[in-house]
Amino acid sequence: MSLPVAVLGLGVHVPPRIITNEYFAQMLDTSDEWIHSRTGIRERRFVEENVCTSDIAALAAQQALQRAGLEAGEIELIIVATATPDHLFPSTACSVQEKIQAHHAAAFDVSAGCSGFLYALSVAVQFVANGSYRKVLVVGAETLSKFIDMEDRATCVLLGDGAGAMIIGGDGERNDFLSFVLEADGRGRQALYLPAGGSVLPASAETVQGRKHFVQMNGREVYKWAVEKITQVSRKALDQESLSLEDIDYFVPHQANLRIIEGVAERLHLPPEKILLSLPRYGNTSAASIPLTLEEALTAGRIQPGDLLLMAAFGAGFTWAAGLLRWSWSGCDGQPTL
Amino acid sequence: MNDQEFYDRLKKVVSARLAVPEEQIRLESRYAEDLGADSLTVVDLAMALEEEFQCKIFDSDLDQIKTVADTLAYLRSHLSA
Repeated sequence: MSLPVAVLGLGVHVPPRIITNEYFAQMLDTSDEWIHSRTGIRERRFVEENVCTSDIAALAAQQALQRAGLEAGEIELIIVATATPDHLFPSTACSVQEKIQAHHAAAFDVSAGCSGFLYALSVAVQFVANGSYRKVLVVGAETLSKFIDMEDRATCVLLGDGAGAMIIGGDGERNDFLSFVLEADGRGRQALYLPAGGSVLPASAETVQGRKHFVQMNGREVYKWAVEKITQVSRKALDQESLSLEDIDYFVPHQANLRIIEGVAERLHLPPEKILLSLPRYGNTSAASIPLTLEEALTAGRIQPGDLLLMAAFGAGFTWAAGLLRWSWSGCDGQPTL
Repeated sequence: MNDQEFYDRLKKVVSARLAVPEEQIRLESRYAEDLGADSLTVVDLAMALEEEFQCKIFDSDLDQIKTVADTLAYLRSHLSA
């Protein structure tokens, strides 16, 4: 059985606190020019100390609910994609369930790093397509600012906080989702990871002193894999539907780094006007980046009903994924959120 | 393929990836200091060379490849192997 699956609502939240490149230039041997030319990033958002991942996830979810015209009690499943959960356990999805009062929803997290939103969305689509659930909330949310090493200029300037939520469900006619392709290669698991705090290296005085509770990344390794795999998986998703890149209205990549996006665009021969970028304003928000990018393009009037979107991501694991979405939802209320 | 042909092909790729004119590229040119490459540009160049010469350049070897001459030597030894 495969039922039609539609986007019912989209919502986002970014913390109000803007961190410009100048903030890092005051602490580290770096500058706005250095950061912008190497990453494409101008600024990002950081949460306040007392705000956690489920807080911003819940705010994004509430906007999505309101735009979908749904009550939280109608949500049957919540999937949160995050690399920066509230706790090791229980899941951040359970905190979101409580915060938005979605008391009839099952809830779990998906851990797939920056590919998390597409991984979670593809799981959600399966549940709706096979008739298990009719209304599913998918949230990509991160508070990466809590896990970055402010002494490591190669990583701390890249990451930002934010949340994006999408509600999907059966809506009769509309069938928005085409193919999804998910892939992974665990050989890359230590090229981008948070070394301590799990069962491999539980927290101790040494792990704290050794700065092992912060994100660590081998940038060259990630760059190389990301460019290759995003290119391949994008082609694969199109091939499955017998579509070509000319059929795509917009490419919506995970906003990792402008250099990676440009590397992919060159290999796919994608013109700049087809590539959606929110990176300059929000940095790399991991699992939140694709919904944030969709929101920015929607409120700017760029994405129109009928547009074919190719979403693609690469992240820790390594994981990578692509998904094709025929946009049909027009529920943005005209008030730019971002 | 003789040495000159090999060097010319290498220069073409370096020129394209680093956006520097071929005349500016010499054997002793250092990627970072002389040709303005940063760490990701070097990875990008390595990927382009892998494609051009159908070989594998190991990431762990990249730190040793600092000049055009280093690249030539690396490719030579790995292609004949």
